[in-house]
Amino acid sequence: MKKTLKLYLLTMTNITTTGVTLNIKSCRTKFAHRFVRSLLQIRNHAPPSSSSSSEEKLIQKRRQRIKIAAYLSMAHAVGPRMNWSRALLFKLRNRACRHRKKKRIVVIRRKTKKASRSSQGSVPVDQAKKLRRLVPGAKSMDLCSLLEETAHYITCLSTQIKVMQALADHLSK
Amino acid sequence: MSSRRSRSRQSGGARISDDQINDLVSKLQQLLPEIRNSRRSDKVSAATVLQETCNYIRSLHREVDDLSERLSELLATTDSAQAAVIRSLLSQ
Repeated sequence: MKKTLKLYLLTMTNITTTGVTLNIKSCRTKFAHRFVRSLLQIRNHAPPSSSSSSEEKLIQKRRQRIKIAAYLSMAHAVGPRMNWSRALLFKLRNRACRHRKKKRIVVIRRKTKKASRSSQGSVPVDQAKKLRRLVPGAKSMDLCSLLEETAHYITCLSTQIKVMQALADHLSK
Repeated sequence: MSSRRSRSRQSGGARISDDQINDLVSKLQQLLPEIRNSRRSDKVSAATVLQETCNYIRSLHREVDDLSERLSELLATTDSAQAAVIRSLLSQ
């Protein structure tokens, strides 16, 4: 079982989306490594069962931490080359810091060109607006980048889900 | 800070053509399980592709939520032997 999971995590698959060759293998491996490490950390950080909070509360709290760890690990695996991963890293890091102490806020200025109205073509503006709310960092992108980043984001999200699924199946054995 | 990612399309200052947009939309369509298989015979509009993309991203987010919950529950029952197995995945 251990071997199959290992194999799964390391299977070579290259797919091409929107002109950006996405090396899923390296993405998946990097993500899996980071995520597994965070999972172990989260597990070890668990307070002793004698703590006042109930078991249910503990699971919910940990669920939130696992979720953040998953998104963060994927953003790290992708690195700063995509807008969405940069935005996600920025957002989640700030979120993590807010609990501890106020940290200096670094303003990231992104060079973005506004697409002219006429180039919006057949894509309706309000549909694009909805999409911007779902893809991290998409608020200031032109339409072309929005579509490219969305495709990349979707591919990475499904990779993330597949790895999480594999880990969950592995643990429930 | 300079932009880390430059695209020839942008640096050239050229207008984004409708063809490019259509190309990107159809590539996006290939990633959507709901409408991936509809061939050119029944062309899917860009609006539909974007709508489906939104739905798909939402469903993926939900799936991450569900899996986080599942992993959280599983971690509660994981013994140290299983943890060691997971840890061993890292050492390669």
